[in-house]
Amino acid sequence: MTLDVAWSERWVRRAAEALTAARADLTELDRQIGDGDHGENMHRGFQAVVAKLDDGTERTQVGEVLKVVATTLMSSVGGASGPLYGTAFLRASKATERAELDGSSVVAMLEAALEGVTTRGKATTGEKTMVDAWQPAVDAAAGVAQDGGDPVAVLRAAAEAADTGAASTIPLVATKGRASYLGERSAGHEDPGARSTALLLGAALAAALTDEVPSA
Amino acid sequence: MSVGLVLVSHSVLLAEGTAELAREMAPDVVVRAGAGDSDGGLGTSLERVQAALDEVLGQADAAVVLADLGSAVLTVETAFEVDESLAGRARLVSAPFVEGAVAAAVTAQQGAGLDAVAAAAEGAVTSIGPRPVLELVDARDGGGAAGTEIGGGGGGVVAPPEAPARPSGPQELAGPGAPDDGDAVVTARVTVRNPLGLHARPAAVLARAVADLGVPVTIDGVDATSVLQLLALGATGGRELEVTARGERAEAAVAAVVSMVEGGFGEV
Repeated sequence: MTLDVAWSERWVRRAAEALTAARADLTELDRQIGDGDHGENMHRGFQAVVAKLDDGTERTQVGEVLKVVATTLMSSVGGASGPLYGTAFLRASKATERAELDGSSVVAMLEAALEGVTTRGKATTGEKTMVDAWQPAVDAAAGVAQDGGDPVAVLRAAAEAADTGAASTIPLVATKGRASYLGERSAGHEDPGARSTALLLGAALAAALTDEVPSA
Repeated sequence: MSVGLVLVSHSVLLAEGTAELAREMAPDVVVRAGAGDSDGGLGTSLERVQAALDEVLGQADAAVVLADLGSAVLTVETAFEVDESLAGRARLVSAPFVEGAVAAAVTAQQGAGLDAVAAAAEGAVTSIGPRPVLELVDARDGGGAAGTEIGGGGGGVVAPPEAPARPSGPQELAGPGAPDDGDAVVTARVTVRNPLGLHARPAAVLARAVADLGVPVTIDGVDATSVLQLLALGATGGRELEVTARGERAEAAVAAVVSMVEGGFGEV
């Protein structure tokens, strides 16, 4: 399957579906170590993105779709997630100004997103943030692309690494973001931002495996 | 060059209250709040920040932006990333929210440029450090003669700390008899007459007036153009202050400050 504009639109709709399904779980994770609004914010943000996507505009580049995601999340998601994901998708959109992504473009997209997150959040791996999902995703994707893997294989490696990366935040003590206020007490809970990152990349893979479009 | 302020807070009340304080001390400076989430609740909204930036930059040449907690900073940075034309015209400073806003506003009121206004905000943190306060207590205990007394020459006077060079202000306050000796130190003592003391409004009036004089003046050892340092003196009504100036128009500057303090800032 090709990673084209239609794929990127399916990605957004699948992400919205996944985040709505995970709304309560993300909120519970965030309630334990943050301020409890992450699930609601991400649900609301992606519902707004889907509404924007249905505005009738014809888009010819993957980057145009990702830019809609960026600007909509920036204005509709409160807290730190809006600027973080907004910047991630904005940088990713600039790296994908093309009709279709090959393996190395997928890597470029993920690298740009990670760079956006670290530029805004000033976090690095091991600090119990979404970087703990983004960084392994980028590393795994780059490895598969280098070995000549097809774009879907690159995406699969990223999604699986992000999922493992999110789970790896459970024992960590947060040193960045709001959870760091809790110090040692933040250990034992998965970081909600890392989990939502894994969900987003999982949705990107799911959209690449089937043409099926979930109903909003 | 005119510089305005954008105050970005999670709380509309906090930002509006800080803006009110800054405007009181700097009535001609454009100060706008970009605060709260899109519904005005606690949070930050990119659109509100962008609107405040647009409004300030519509009336001023540049904007200094202060932000309170984490995601307020992220939202401002995001606004800069989305609109690259803001680079050079707007600057996010690392400063204490309230003190930085007041210091920036007073400096902007004095007609300073973007660099100086930003530096005033970022330097504001030193005015609430513990060390200057302790030094002031020592200086106060060492105070001596009562009444107003203007003496020329440098003898027997504590040398004021090095004050930053300031552009020359209006000359008309330098009256006849002003010494020409560039190193002359003039000092005088004056008692605060208004019952509320040197609180925010008179401190701001005084700081502006001293900046306009263009002569380095200290009051009880602190820079008299710094409203925050004047406030940190905690000079209540009845307190005696030592006014010191250096330079060729020092005597006129000290006389002007003494007369303002004696005038009670219209509150007596």
